Amino acid sequence: MEVSAEAKRIMVVALGKLYSSRTQRGGLRLHRSLLLTMVMKSARDIYHEAQATEESLVPTFEQHQSTAEVTTQPTSGHPELQGPLPGEEVVGSPSELRHDAHARPGAGDKENVCPAVPAQHSRKRRGKAAVEPDFLPCKKAKLEQENCPQLIVSSVLMDYVNCSSELGTTPTPLPLQRVIAAC
Amino acid sequence: MGEDAESPKINHTFLRDYVTEADVISTVEFNQTGDLLATGDKGGRVVIFQRETESKGESEEVGETSDSGEYNVYSTFQSHEPDFDYLKSLEIEEKINKIRWLSQQNAAHFLLSTNDKTIKLWKVSERDKRPEGYNLKDEEGRLKDISTITSLQVPVLKPTDLMVEVRPRRVFSNGHTYHVNSISVNSDGETYLSADDLRINMWHLGITDRSFNIVDIKPANMEELTEVITAAEFHPHHCHLFVYSSSKGTLRLCDMRASALCDKHTKLFEEPEDPGSRSFFSEIISSVSDVKFSHSGRYLLTRDYLTAKVWDLNMDKGPVETYQVHEYLRSKLCSLYENDCIFDKFECVWNSSDSVIMTGAYNSFFRMFDRETGRGVTLEAWRESSKPRAVLRTRRVYTGGKRRRGDVGVDSLDFTKKILHMAWHPAENIIAIAATNNLYIFQDRVNPDVQGQ
Repeated sequence: MEVSAEAKRIMVVALGKLYSSRTQRGGLRLHRSLLLTMVMKSARDIYHEAQATEESLVPTFEQHQSTAEVTTQPTSGHPELQGPLPGEEVVGSPSELRHDAHARPGAGDKENVCPAVPAQHSRKRRGKAAVEPDFLPCKKAKLEQENCPQLIVSSVLMDYVNCSSELGTTPTPLPLQRVIAAC
Repeated sequence: MGEDAESPKINHTFLRDYVTEADVISTVEFNQTGDLLATGDKGGRVVIFQRETESKGESEEVGETSDSGEYNVYSTFQSHEPDFDYLKSLEIEEKINKIRWLSQQNAAHFLLSTNDKTIKLWKVSERDKRPEGYNLKDEEGRLKDISTITSLQVPVLKPTDLMVEVRPRRVFSNGHTYHVNSISVNSDGETYLSADDLRINMWHLGITDRSFNIVDIKPANMEELTEVITAAEFHPHHCHLFVYSSSKGTLRLCDMRASALCDKHTKLFEEPEDPGSRSFFSEIISSVSDVKFSHSGRYLLTRDYLTAKVWDLNMDKGPVETYQVHEYLRSKLCSLYENDCIFDKFECVWNSSDSVIMTGAYNSFFRMFDRETGRGVTLEAWRESSKPRAVLRTRRVYTGGKRRRGDVGVDSLDFTKKILHMAWHPAENIIAIAATNNLYIFQDRVNPDVQGQ
């Protein structure tokens, strides 16, 4: 539990640093952004592992809840055709941030007022890389409680399945428990 | 901001501690003879120091070294100004990332200085004479009334006060999309390389509108990016060889004779990762922040966050020597990550005979390692404890065992006082250490000249 708490903290700090580096003088530093993204990736992997070991000790219903919270990204709803590699998803962040910086000149102050998170939700697939920790307020309007886990769980499935698609297996619906074990 | 010892009513300590961001030194470099020392700062200025030579009459005896060894300011100039990339809406910092001197060919000195995007070649020349006795102009330069000129005179050169002129001779711009981290002059004296995060370009010193791209590690899809170039340097003797380091801790030696584009390395130097020491921050701390060829050209010195390593060009399986710079920080990586210190880029240098290596640390400490014995010493670059001509004491960080007087605990280290930039005189035991906005020059009076060891 300690490990996953630390991992979560590291991810949050990395995100904070990535966002603040956008307004830094001299522009986005590629090296720094890359290192931060790598740290986030390690932290995310360890966090998922820790969550997975926890879940295997907890009844099914609660599994749904916690995995749902972990991956809050039902992105744009359309599954990507080329299931990006985990590495690629992760490194999506610096290039996304750069694109955003280019696309919105003089963005500095305006963006700090309203963090670009909602914009990124709709424009790009974030995957598991820039996961929002569960304790941050959810910016998406939630549907009724019963349906919510369902929707999120199915996109989690898509995420996990795309994750393994690099091996060439075609995405077939897998039972949730098996998916978690595989990752 | 002098040493305000006595000030009964006003407390000046805050003034003493206040450092203008622009004054922070960002690079230090001796020229090939060691007579000149250049520093660059965050404000885009370059300050050149010159070594004093003893005046005539003081040492007429045969065999005495004439240099008193003091370095005084020789010239100051504004190398780079803040700039703006209108296309990307990005500010370009004027901070001088690197300075490299060219070999001296005539009376003038040349140096290259670079910020994130633009490299400039500067000519530093002296003028200590001026012509006097013009026919058409008077002493103030005003045109004479022609009717008053009755005879012809030949202007003569009269000595004047020494003037040092610095002029930009070349500006190498638009060569880099990413931030330039290194420049290195080739031993051929005609070309130099500049490296940014993803590309290395080779320039001719005389041609500013073109450069050859010799390394390009930018992936077709930026999402596949896994490593960046962190430093690059030409071999000191072989004009076709250069090395570059990566954020993954690898070194690549490239031979330009093999192909025009040196994406494929000739040799890859990599140390297998120790699985036992894996942590969240393993990738960050394995990133190489500096790479330097030894003077002999046989070895490479690299610096990553916690260690300095010596590699033999003939062996690519791993370093031949590893020196722990501040291993006591390994358990503090998480807080160093939070306060950004883990991203600090330390430089490393060789002494002239390649027998000692030196690198910086925190708390104004810097470390020297004797390669023969493997022993390291910790020294401090701090005004309070080093009056001019005082002997540098060795310091110690307390990591357990018997605590000695003067030991500093790990938790009392000041992480804002970092020694990132330094240089070693090419021939003598003189070192220049940049500590934030101060430059320290230390000389070994006991063994001023390096004996063959």
